Amino acid sequence: MSTETLAAPQVTPTATLLRVLGIVSAVCGLIIVGSYEITLPAANANRRIALERAVFKVVPTAKSIVEYYALPAGGIEQAKGGGEAPASVAKFYAAYDDAGKLTGIAAEAGAKGYADIVRIMFGYDTACQCITGIGVVSMKETPGIGDKILIDKDFQANFKALDVKLTDDLSALVNEVKTVKHGTKTNPWQIDAIAGATVTSRAVGKGINDAAQFLLPKLAPNLEKLKVKS
Amino acid sequence: MSANSPVSSPAALRNMQEFMEGIWERNPVFVMVLGMCPTMAVTVSAMNSISMGLATTFVLAASCWLVSVMRHMIPKEVRIATYIVIIATFVTVVEYAIQAISLEMSEALGAYIELIVANCLVLGRAEAHAAKNPPMPAMLNATGMGLGFTVGLTMIGGVREILGNGTLLGISLFGPNFQPWVVMVLPPGGFFVMGSWLLLFAIYRARKDRNNAALAAQGASHGA
Repeated sequence: MSTETLAAPQVTPTATLLRVLGIVSAVCGLIIVGSYEITLPAANANRRIALERAVFKVVPTAKSIVEYYALPAGGIEQAKGGGEAPASVAKFYAAYDDAGKLTGIAAEAGAKGYADIVRIMFGYDTACQCITGIGVVSMKETPGIGDKILIDKDFQANFKALDVKLTDDLSALVNEVKTVKHGTKTNPWQIDAIAGATVTSRAVGKGINDAAQFLLPKLAPNLEKLKVKS
Repeated sequence: MSANSPVSSPAALRNMQEFMEGIWERNPVFVMVLGMCPTMAVTVSAMNSISMGLATTFVLAASCWLVSVMRHMIPKEVRIATYIVIIATFVTVVEYAIQAISLEMSEALGAYIELIVANCLVLGRAEAHAAKNPPMPAMLNATGMGLGFTVGLTMIGGVREILGNGTLLGISLFGPNFQPWVVMVLPPGGFFVMGSWLLLFAIYRARKDRNNAALAAQGASHGA
């Protein structure tokens, strides 16, 4: 037998390996960046439409929206276009009618439900200082049980005029928003839970309470700035 | 097929076989039982199943084509890394495309779009088929596998949607008095429906084998 058959198995040179990996990464990188650039305008338009639809659902008189941030130190500022909001601020949307007059405020709230965070959008009426409607932004609650918060008429009726009045010094809510056992609601700041879906109902109440306690004290002193669309 | 269809030439016949392999004979869901993670997770409705299936089909076809084009260039030492990068690229493309087409669909499918990267069907096809075949058959085979996957998902998703929600593709089938069988749209329902389909196909195959055996025995006795 010749020595050739015993030669080591063919080894690919290091330079070749690196070159191939480099070429593949470059090609793939180009494809990814290209498709990102192409789809970005359409994706942003979709996000905008979805957001407007969610706000219009809770503030039905609205025709256009402007995004604002409520700052943790107090005060508000208009959100600059694009980019994510910093974690410390609360995002809210001022909703305007055809004439550019403020017709309501919408904001997101979230709290832990049965399966995951229940994220909702609520509409706030500045005149009655109450919550006038809620819609679900995202949730993973059990179909047929937790997702009743969307369709249960009695539960939805809680949000015709849920009281979230502020104290005179505008520092906190007069009454905490609280979810109570089904059938025991006596006050306008209470939420009557759905029997059998208490955990999800409570998440809605806690989410609204947390968001209102944070947002409304910062919003109330600055309402004048929002009155007319800027 | 008419007599003058392109299938009559040997090359076209082979391409046709490549294409059909995944749709029936080696269906990824019911025969090879590959890619079970999205199969169980997203098949709560027919529409979700179809979207997931088509997204996977695109990733399969595109990455198998590219793997096949580059198959002589890729050294075997780095082939898995290369395949995964290629697959991840097309998954990202699909993700952006779905966001641009429909935000609702993107939210319904959630993380399972990204998880196509880890779908063993895609890497399995790239490694077992595309790396050894020219681009045209590789892409045809991958498209067939993808469509077979779509059909499989839709068969599960359709049944789950009908039983668990009383609708098919969002259209109500039984009217307002239908009491949905909620467990069907929860995770256990996926296993029930998948298991039932596998049982049906197993019965079908057992029957066919028995018939074939009986025919063969008959043929043998006649020959004797």
